[in-house]
Amino acid sequence: MGLRRLTLADGHDSAALVAHQFDDFEQQTQADTFGMWLFLATEVLFFGGLFCGYALYRNLYFEAFTAGSHLLKIKYGASYTVLLICSSLTMALGVRSAQLRRQTALTVYVVLTWIMGFAFVYVKLRYEWYGDYLEGLVPGLNFAPRGESLDMIHHFHATVPHVGLFFIFYFVMTGVHALHMVIGLGLLTTLLIFAKQGKVTKGNFLWVELVGLYWHFVDIVWIFLFPLLYLIGGRYV
Amino acid sequence: MSEHVLPKKLYFVIFASLIVLTAITTGAAFIDLGPFNTVVALVIAVCKASLVVLFFMHLKYQTGMTRVVILAALLWLAVLIGITMSDVFTRHWTEKGAPWQHSSAILPGEPTGSTVLQLQDRG
Repeated sequence: MGLRRLTLADGHDSAALVAHQFDDFEQQTQADTFGMWLFLATEVLFFGGLFCGYALYRNLYFEAFTAGSHLLKIKYGASYTVLLICSSLTMALGVRSAQLRRQTALTVYVVLTWIMGFAFVYVKLRYEWYGDYLEGLVPGLNFAPRGESLDMIHHFHATVPHVGLFFIFYFVMTGVHALHMVIGLGLLTTLLIFAKQGKVTKGNFLWVELVGLYWHFVDIVWIFLFPLLYLIGGRYV
Repeated sequence: MSEHVLPKKLYFVIFASLIVLTAITTGAAFIDLGPFNTVVALVIAVCKASLVVLFFMHLKYQTGMTRVVILAALLWLAVLIGITMSDVFTRHWTEKGAPWQHSSAILPGEPTGSTVLQLQDRG
């Protein structure tokens, strides 16, 4: 697969796009990209703290975390993963369209990405979390597992408060992730407006690339959350 | 500034690999592998994340500066998790524990019958 190189000079006035503090367009692009990666590094540590706490308590109360995981619906976790991978693909293709300055394709891909991102957040709130609420699995609101949930907890010889700890991790981690998704939807909307105005195709397409980096990062966080929360310790019981 | 425009086909190959790996990790969860269930799940997650970072996020074509940032992030993540775990899970190695370990407030849980945390009792 050969690589095609594209330079900004292709019929565009690159000097007009360079902010005055930069020597040239290349320096500006590298600085912007570096800044975004630096931000993502802080995000790694932000989520890292949650993952660290999760790993610690999972080892301390393994039965409770396994029981808690069995109370989650694997169909939701797996569908979210597929949804996010699809949205990452459309985002990557959107970045490619921006590089090639294809405005219509860019708009289509960004809209597709937005729709899948929105579907993720909507299904999570409307169906999964609301379902958890109806089953009495939300710590702080109504955490009181009953019926089959309680049987499952007893099956693993876990205690209810420790399963509650699992659900606190579950809601905080997926909640913070969902918040990132909502912010991502906002960024995509802005991108769409910019694309409509032709700012991307006639001007600086780096915007699309940076939003893409953020979107892919949020996808990666879910790639780890899915096995850790939904598949923990196997689902063969 | 030159941008690498990757062929569309590459994106679809990466996409297909990610979907296949998701199917494998979901399927593997239903097979009893003992402690290796977690290992398999994490190894697959790392593979998927690497594919996304290398190709969707174009790391393969970025400058060395970006690689340094990513390595720094991973290094600090390793410090964060590694030192926390090496603290908590080696506390029972000493008979009585250090003075600062004599507090049941450090970690919540059932009374262990001792002021020293006996983590191994909890499995």
